[in-house]
Amino acid sequence: MKLTVDQLHITLDHRPILRDVSLEARKGDIVGLVGPNGSGKSTLLRAVYRSLRPAEGVVRVGDDDVWALPARTAARRTAAVLQDTTGNTTGLSVTEIVALGRTPHHGLLGRDGAEDHQAVHDAIDRCGVRPLADRDYTSLSGGERQRVLLARALAQSPQLLVLDELTNHLDIRARFELLDLIRSTGITTLAVLHDLDLAARLCDYLVVLHEGAVVAAGPVLEVLTPQVLSDVFGVRADTDRHADGVVRITYAAQPLALDVAAADAVTTAETVDR
Amino acid sequence: MMVAVSIGAVTIPLGEVWGIVLHHVTGTGTPGDLALDQIVWNFRTPRVVLAALVGAGLAVSGAVLQTVVSNPLADPTVLGFSYGASLGAVLIITLGGGAVLSGVGVSAAAFLGAVAAGALVFALGQRRGRMAPTRLILAGVAVGYVFLSATSFVQLQATPTELRTVMFWMLGSVAGAQWNQLPTVAVVVIAGTALLTLFGRRLNVLLAGDESATALGVDVNRLRAVLLILSALLTGTVIAVAGGIGFVGLMIPHLVRLTIGADHRRLLPLTALLGAVYLVLVDLLSRTLDRPNELPLGILTALLGAPFFLWLLRRNKGLDYA
Repeated sequence: MKLTVDQLHITLDHRPILRDVSLEARKGDIVGLVGPNGSGKSTLLRAVYRSLRPAEGVVRVGDDDVWALPARTAARRTAAVLQDTTGNTTGLSVTEIVALGRTPHHGLLGRDGAEDHQAVHDAIDRCGVRPLADRDYTSLSGGERQRVLLARALAQSPQLLVLDELTNHLDIRARFELLDLIRSTGITTLAVLHDLDLAARLCDYLVVLHEGAVVAAGPVLEVLTPQVLSDVFGVRADTDRHADGVVRITYAAQPLALDVAAADAVTTAETVDR
Repeated sequence: MMVAVSIGAVTIPLGEVWGIVLHHVTGTGTPGDLALDQIVWNFRTPRVVLAALVGAGLAVSGAVLQTVVSNPLADPTVLGFSYGASLGAVLIITLGGGAVLSGVGVSAAAFLGAVAAGALVFALGQRRGRMAPTRLILAGVAVGYVFLSATSFVQLQATPTELRTVMFWMLGSVAGAQWNQLPTVAVVVIAGTALLTLFGRRLNVLLAGDESATALGVDVNRLRAVLLILSALLTGTVIAVAGGIGFVGLMIPHLVRLTIGADHRRLLPLTALLGAVYLVLVDLLSRTLDRPNELPLGILTALLGAPFFLWLLRRNKGLDYA
């Protein structure tokens, strides 16, 4: 299902977080959302998975404004894997965690049916966590947990996947496997990624957020220009497409002179404070 | 439960007990010795039934609250419900109109106190319509302390006789159980447990964290509000008739979780069952350990339960990862 974000404005505690953000993901696209810390990436995702109501603007999944849909209906279309540390899942097995994905498909009186069991079963197989199915979720490694959370999202039978730093803290092989897994689902995806190399590897399109606004959007090579990398991320780097089709970023040995000066200024200020 | 009915200050053979209960329930058989009949049917049976209901109610409330505030230390006491009930009860015992009010009045006041505490936690624990778990539990603790201070202050004004009543009430007892109070308690505990079990899937989702739960289509603030109200009503009802019995609401849910896992659709019914069995057992001991005197339940619940609980905590390796 396609995702359209149209002229979104979000304010948190009277502070503007997003300003006039628009983006689009066509059906089946994988769109990466990149930008420095605090640029508003996670906030944008919250508006998409219906957790933070925008002050202005519309988020459409398919043809419907998600904020006009009931929460459950929206959650049947959009599944999210987040950096959520507030929970306490002690005592839930992997299968039980994956089964949480069926929640939006049931009301208060709903009982699990054949369709639910099938969806959970398929998601577990798809994400390769069958051997872990009866384990306590909290006993898993970081990489295993992310696979389980992705399985939970897939069990939701979504038409849009929202991913926030899915590959954080994972080793390189686990990262690649997870990215391949996402690609293989064919589901429209909006993914926040810190690692630009991974973003370049996974995504069809990138959207660069900087201080709450979109500063570049389009195919990976067109977006990750030396100019954007220096203006937004403060690094000197080149990008090119290798023979195998993968976009690679080559970082220069020295960061931007400007940034070194800025970092020095910060250090000095801190010293003065003390 | 039959055994619990048969043992007490006077031990009555099981067969006799069975005969008497059967006679009352089905109307068949012959009424036995009148004195025994009186003990079994009018004193012990309602008492055992009440102990079971109270144990179930407290344990289920505890299980739900632990999930709602996302904290394993939560129970009706920590969230201030029990202290609210105490204040209500103590006010009536010390200031109330004596014998007329003492029976029904104390229960009603305790219920109102618990619900008032629940309402306060509910009101103070939210900010701009958002109920963050940490804010909720801290609000509960603060509200509890305020009620506790007020209770202590009222106690200072009490006469020694009143103090004894207050003390006994605060430590909890089901000794005063009467048939006529059972239907209300039974309906609230059974319906409450059933309703909360229906929320089982959503309670599970709360375990995944607030943002994840929201993304799963659950309105976490509304859910918390509903669950908080339901558990305050449930707690209020059982504390009102049995006083402030601690530890059951904290320990039983963990015991069940450690044994069968955290899926609330299984957790809540089994927690109710174990809470019921446990309090029947504790009540049995409370009236046999020091025959013919009775010990308050609150003294025994923790004294008996804590060692077993600690043993289970040490044995369970799952907790190492959490």
